[in-house]
Amino acid sequence: MSALAALIRRDIKIALRVGGGALIGVLFFLTVVVLMPFAVGPDLKLLTRLGPAILWLGALLASLLTLDRLFMADHEDGSLDLLVMSRVPLEFVCAAKALAHWLAAGLPLIIATPLLGLLLNVDTHSTAVVAVTLLAGTPALTLTGMIGAALAVTLHRGGLLLAILVLPLSIPVLIFGVAASEAAITEPASFGAPFSILCALSLASLVIGPFAAAASLRHGLD
Amino acid sequence: MTLIDLANPTRFLSLTARLLPWLAGATAVLMLIGLYQSASAPDDYQQGATVKIMFIHVPNAWLSMFVWAVMSAAALGTLVWRHPLADVAAKAAAPLGATFTFLALVTGSLWGRPMWGTYWEWDARLTSVLILFLMYLGLMTLWRAVEDPSRAARAAAVLTLVGAINLPIIKFSVDWWNTLHQSASVFRVSGPTLDRAFLTPLLVMALAFTLLFVTLLLAAMRNEILRRRVRSLQIIQAGQKAA
Repeated sequence: MSALAALIRRDIKIALRVGGGALIGVLFFLTVVVLMPFAVGPDLKLLTRLGPAILWLGALLASLLTLDRLFMADHEDGSLDLLVMSRVPLEFVCAAKALAHWLAAGLPLIIATPLLGLLLNVDTHSTAVVAVTLLAGTPALTLTGMIGAALAVTLHRGGLLLAILVLPLSIPVLIFGVAASEAAITEPASFGAPFSILCALSLASLVIGPFAAAASLRHGLD
Repeated sequence: MTLIDLANPTRFLSLTARLLPWLAGATAVLMLIGLYQSASAPDDYQQGATVKIMFIHVPNAWLSMFVWAVMSAAALGTLVWRHPLADVAAKAAAPLGATFTFLALVTGSLWGRPMWGTYWEWDARLTSVLILFLMYLGLMTLWRAVEDPSRAARAAAVLTLVGAINLPIIKFSVDWWNTLHQSASVFRVSGPTLDRAFLTPLLVMALAFTLLFVTLLLAAMRNEILRRRVRSLQIIQAGQKAA
C-alpha cells in the first residue's frame, strides 16, 4: 500500500514541477473555450445555450492532450520497466497512476470550469452543475484513456494514434455528461438518470481500465 | 481435427487450399440465388422498388457486427491460448469488417435518400454504425503502427476486447442520446412482421454474405501467412548476406 502511495506522490510531484505539463491541460481548455466565440460568433445567448456542451468538449480534448504523459515519460527513463517488474500487481500500479494523473491533470480542469463558464455567460447554477458532472465523468475519461496510453506507449508516434483509439470510447461519457448538465439546467427532475449512468460509466471504467492497460503493458513491453 | 491441429500453418494452408474452391463456389451459387430472388421479390406497397436495397444493406450491417465478434474470439485466442493463427485471423478480419461496415453505411444512405429525403440522418442506428466504422479504422491503424506482427497482435487484441465491451455501451448511449434529442424519428422499421416474400431472399443473402466473409477471411489468412514467410525468408537472406 505504501508503495502505491509513494507512486501517487511521485507522479503528482513530477506532474506539477517544471516540465511536468499538468497545467498545460488547463491552458488548452482555456484556449479551446476562447476559440469558440470566434467560431460561432460573439452572440452571448447562443454561447449560453452551447455553454455546457463547449465546456464538456473542451474538458474532453484537454484531458486527451495530457494522456500520453501517463506512461511515456516513465517509458523513456526506464522506470516503467521497473514498475512492470515490481511485486505490486500491475493492475494496482495502473490504477494508482490513473488516480495521480486525474488529481494532477483532471481536477484542475474542474476547478477552472467556473471561470470559463463566466466567459461563456453560463450562470452560476449551471456552471456548478457542469463542474459536478465533470467531477463524475472525468475519471472515466482518464481511465479509458489510460488503455489507449498503454497501447500507444510501445509504439513510435504513439501520441497521434492515441487520439484515434480513445475518442470513440469516450462518446458515452460525453453523451451522458452533456445530457446530465442540460437536464439539470432545463428540467431538474430528469437529472438523476443520466447522472447515475455517468457515475456508472466511471465505475465500470475503473474496473476495465487498469486491467486492459496492465494487459497491454505486459504484452507490449517485452 | 481440432483447433490445435490447425495451429500448424502448413497444415492450415493445405487444408484451406482444398476447402477454398468449394467455399467460393457455394458463395457464388448462393449469391446468384439470393440476387435472383431479391430481383423477383415484389415491390413494397409503400417504398416501391427501393425496398430491394434492403437485401444488400441488411446482410452488410449484420456482418459489420459479426466480424467484430469473430475478431474478439480471435483476440481471446491470441491473449489466452497464444494460438498462432488467431492473430492472423484477427488481422485479416479487420479490413473485411471495415469494408462491410462501410458498405452498410453507403447502402443505408442510398436507401435513405429516396425514403427520408436525406443521405444522412443522425439516427441512433446510423450513428452507432458510423462509430463502429471509426473503431475499425482505429484498429487497422494500430495494426499498421507496429512492425513486429506478434506485438501488434497483442496490442490489437486488447483493443478489440475493450471495443467488444464498449460497443454495446456506445450503442446504448447513442440510443439514449437520440431519443433525447429528436422524439419524432424518420426511421421506419418494418419490424419482425416482415413478409415471407421478403424474408426468404433476405435470409439467403445473409447466408451468402456470411459465406463470402468466411471465404475472403480464409484467403486473406493464407496471404498473411505467406507474407510472413516471405518476410522471414528476406530477414534470413539479409542475415546470410551480412555474414
